[in-house]
Amino acid sequence: MASRASDPSQSPRLDSKVPSGRLQEKWDIYKNAVSLVSPANKRSHHILIVGSGLAGASAAATLAGLGYNVTCFCIQDSPRRAHSIAAQGGINAAKNYPNDGDTVWRLFYDTIKGGDYRSREANVYRLAQVSNNIIDQAVAQGVPFAREYGGVLSNRSFGGAQVSRTFYARGQTGQQLLLGAYQALSHQIAAGRVKMLPRREMVDLVVANGRACGVITRNLLTGELERYAGDAVLLCTGGYGNAYYLSTNAKNSNVTAAWRCHKRGAFFANPCYTQIHPTCIPVSGDYQSKLTLMSESLRNDGRVWVPKDPEDKRAPELIPEDARDYYLERRYPSFGNLVPRDVASRASKKECDEGRGVGETRLAVYLDFRHSIERLGEQTIRERYGNLFEMYQRITGDDPYHTPMRIYPAVHYTMGGLWVDYELQSTIPGLFVLGEANFSDHGANRLGASALMQGLADGYFVIPYTLGAYVAGLGSSDPIPLDDDSFDATEQEASDRIDRILKNKGDKSPTEFHRELGHLLWDHVGMSRTSSGLQSSLEAIHRLEDEFWERVCVPGSANRYNKNLEFAGRVADFIELGALMARDALRREESCGGHFREEYQTPEGEAARNDEDYADVAAWEYNGRDPKLHLEQLTFENVHPSQRSYK
Amino acid sequence: MIIHLRIWRQEDRTSKGRLVDYTVNEASEHMSFLELLDVLNEQLLQSGDEPVEFDSDCREGICGSCGLMVAGIAHGPQKRTAVCQLHMRSFNDGDTITVEPFRAKAFPIIRDLVVDRSAFDRIIEAHGYVSVTTGSAPDANAIPIPKETVDDAMDYAACIGCGACVAACPNGSASLFTAAKISHLGLLPQGQVEASQRVISMVDQMDAEGFGDCSNYAECEAVCPKGISIQGIARMRRAYMKGVLSA
Repeated sequence: MASRASDPSQSPRLDSKVPSGRLQEKWDIYKNAVSLVSPANKRSHHILIVGSGLAGASAAATLAGLGYNVTCFCIQDSPRRAHSIAAQGGINAAKNYPNDGDTVWRLFYDTIKGGDYRSREANVYRLAQVSNNIIDQAVAQGVPFAREYGGVLSNRSFGGAQVSRTFYARGQTGQQLLLGAYQALSHQIAAGRVKMLPRREMVDLVVANGRACGVITRNLLTGELERYAGDAVLLCTGGYGNAYYLSTNAKNSNVTAAWRCHKRGAFFANPCYTQIHPTCIPVSGDYQSKLTLMSESLRNDGRVWVPKDPEDKRAPELIPEDARDYYLERRYPSFGNLVPRDVASRASKKECDEGRGVGETRLAVYLDFRHSIERLGEQTIRERYGNLFEMYQRITGDDPYHTPMRIYPAVHYTMGGLWVDYELQSTIPGLFVLGEANFSDHGANRLGASALMQGLADGYFVIPYTLGAYVAGLGSSDPIPLDDDSFDATEQEASDRIDRILKNKGDKSPTEFHRELGHLLWDHVGMSRTSSGLQSSLEAIHRLEDEFWERVCVPGSANRYNKNLEFAGRVADFIELGALMARDALRREESCGGHFREEYQTPEGEAARNDEDYADVAAWEYNGRDPKLHLEQLTFENVHPSQRSYK
Repeated sequence: MIIHLRIWRQEDRTSKGRLVDYTVNEASEHMSFLELLDVLNEQLLQSGDEPVEFDSDCREGICGSCGLMVAGIAHGPQKRTAVCQLHMRSFNDGDTITVEPFRAKAFPIIRDLVVDRSAFDRIIEAHGYVSVTTGSAPDANAIPIPKETVDDAMDYAACIGCGACVAACPNGSASLFTAAKISHLGLLPQGQVEASQRVISMVDQMDAEGFGDCSNYAECEAVCPKGISIQGIARMRRAYMKGVLSA
C-alpha cells in the first residue's frame, strides 16, 4: 500500500515508506535490505530516549544490548514507575496455544477491523508478526504469566476477538511486563551502556540542519535546564488522555514532550481519536483527581445490565431477571459483553442518556458477576480478578462478590499521536516516536490487550532495525556540540517560558484551568461529538488559553522541586492540544471507532464511516491557531473495509 | 467532614524540618487521602502559601510513587493499601492526622514528604534481572512451570517498590524489597542460572546503601500494600548461604 502518488490529496510530506511486496513479506523484505551498523560504530552513536515505559525501557535495553550508547530520561523518581505499570488485563499474541484457530493474519485482521479501517495495513501486520516474539522475550526475563496446571501458558479472551489470545499475569500484566523491561534496562545500566536520568522532564527538542539532534530537559529536583546531544531522539512518552483532566492515566502522564516536538515540526496525526474505556469506576465528586479502570477482562465473566424500568429503585440483587436488560447481549448477540470498547462505551452512554443509569448520579450501569460465581465458584473468580475486586471495594466500599459493580466509561487511551512512517520516524528526521506517543497501529479504536503489545513491539523488535537504517545514513559525523546556537536558542525559549509562568502572579491555579479544559473536552470532544459543539468548544478553548496566560498563578521558584510549575507547563500544552483535538474532530465528517459524530450514524445508531472521503490520516503541521492539514491516504489491498458489525 | 492535619515541612535535604498544622473543612469520606492533600494544596495556593510536596502518580496502588507515614503507619491504617487508595472513610470527622515522609538513612528527604528512593534502583541494577538480550529467547512454552510455582513467584513479583517496608522497619532494612526480587526470580527456572551471583550481589548492594539488617520484627510485612510475605527473607538467607558456600 505505497502512498498513491497520483492522488492530489496525498501530501508529499507524508511518505509512509512502506516496502513493496506482499503484505506477509514486507517486514522481511525491509530487514533484508536495511543497512547495518557495525558493532564498533554503534558505540560511537549516542541515542537519547525520552520515557521509560514499555516502549522506552524496551528500546533502551535493546539498543544498549546492541552496543549503542544510550541516555534515557524519565519524569518519575525511578524508571520502574512509568504508567505502563497500570495496565491490567493482558497482552495479545498470535501464539495459538489454545489451538482455537488463531493466526498472525487473524490478529492483524481483528486489529485493523477493531481500528475501524483507519490504520496502515503494513504496520499492523508487522505488529501481529512480532507479537509472538514478545511473549518469548518476556517469559525468558522471568515475567510470571498465568499458567495452566500442566505448566503451559494460559490465555483468556478480550473484546473484539473470537479467539483466546491474551496472556496475563493476574490483573497486573502491565506491571509485570514493565518490570521485565525495567530489569533488562537495569542490566544495561549496570553494564554502563545506559545512563539513566530520572526526575527529568523533556521541555524541548533541539533541531539543527533539519535534524533532531538533542533535547533540553528540566531537572525536576534542582530546576536546572540541561542539554543533551545525540544522533537520534526516541520519544516514548505515552498518550495525552490527561487532556480531559479526569482519565485513567497517571497524574504525571502528559503531552508536553510530544507537543514541544510538534511545535518544532513533527506533525500530529489524528488527535481526535481518543478511547473512552467502558469499564471504569464512576465519578464521585469535584475533588476527584483521576478515574480508576476496571480491566476489560472483567467482561469475560461479568454481564452488563440496567433495570428495564428507569424508576426501579430496588437494590440490584433484588431486581429479578425479567426486570433486567442485558443490553449488550440483546443488541450484539454474537459478541455480547465482549464487543470492542468504543461500542460498549457508547451503549452505556445511550442507556444513561435515556434515563436508565443507576446509582446516585445515574451515570453508571451494572457489571454483574453473579452468574459466573454460580457457574464457576467464588474461588475461580477470586483467582481471576481478586485484585480488581479488592481495588473496587477499597474505592467504593461495595463488595462485588455480593453486589454488582457500578461502572461508567472514562478516557483511557489515545490512538492519535505524532505521525510516523513505517520506520517509526516522525516528520523531523532523527526523531522517532514509539508506543502510545505515535499514531501508528490502532486506527480509530484500539482493541484491549494491544497497547502492551505495541509498546513492546516498537521497542524490542522494530526500532532496533529502523534506527540502524537512519544511523547508518549519518556516517561518522559528530553530534552537534552543546554550545551550538541551536542549543542556546532552544534553552533560552524554555527558560523564558518558565519565567513567564512564574512572573504571572495571577489568581488561578493550574489545576483550575486543567479542570475547565477537561469539562470542555469531555462535553464536546468526548464520546459523542457534533459540529456545533466542536465549533463552540474550539472557541472556548482559545479563550481559556488567553485566560491562562493572564491569570495563572504558580508560587515558589524555578530553581528547585516545584510540582505546580511542572503542572502549569503541562496544562498550557494540554490547552493548545485540546484546540487541535476539536479541530481534527470537526474536520472528520464521519464516525469511526472512538470518534463518533452524531450527524453520521446508521439507522441503528452505529458509527457510519465515510471511506470515500475520509480513508486517510489527518496529520497537522503546527502553525499557531491556524494549523495546516496534510493527508496520508490509506489504501487497503488485503482487507476490504466494511461496516463493522459485532451483532 | 473536618480533618486536621499535622504535616512535616522541610525546605530541602539539609534544612531542619517541622510539623505544621492545617485544617481541611470540606473533606469527604469518598476522597482518597491524597485527594485530601490535593484539596489542602489548592487551599494553600489560594492563600498564597506554598503547597505541600509529595510524590504520587498512578493513584491506583501500582506504581509505588506515593508513600507517607499516616498517623505513624506507613501508608496509613488500612491493611494492604497504598496511601493513594486509602480513603477518608477510614477516619472520623474531627480527627487530627500526622503526616510524615518515609524516614530511613538510605532514603534522604528531598523536600516536605518527598524522599529519594534511588537506592532501590541500584539494588535491582546489582543483578536483579535475568541476563537475556532481546531476540535470544526460546519459545515461551519450551519450559513448563508448575502453576503453583508461578503463583508463588507472582506473589513476590507484585512488589511495587514503594519503600514502606524500609520506613516501617526499626532497623531501616530493605530486606523485604530485596528478598521479593530474589524470590520472584529464584522460584522460576529462568532465574536459576544466575541465582547465586544474584543474591550475593543484591545483598551486598543493600548493605552498601546503608540499609540496616533484618531482626525479624516483621513490621515490613504488616505494612506492605501488596502483602508480600517475610518468608521471602528466609528464602533470601538460604539462597545467600548457598551462594556464599558454593562460590
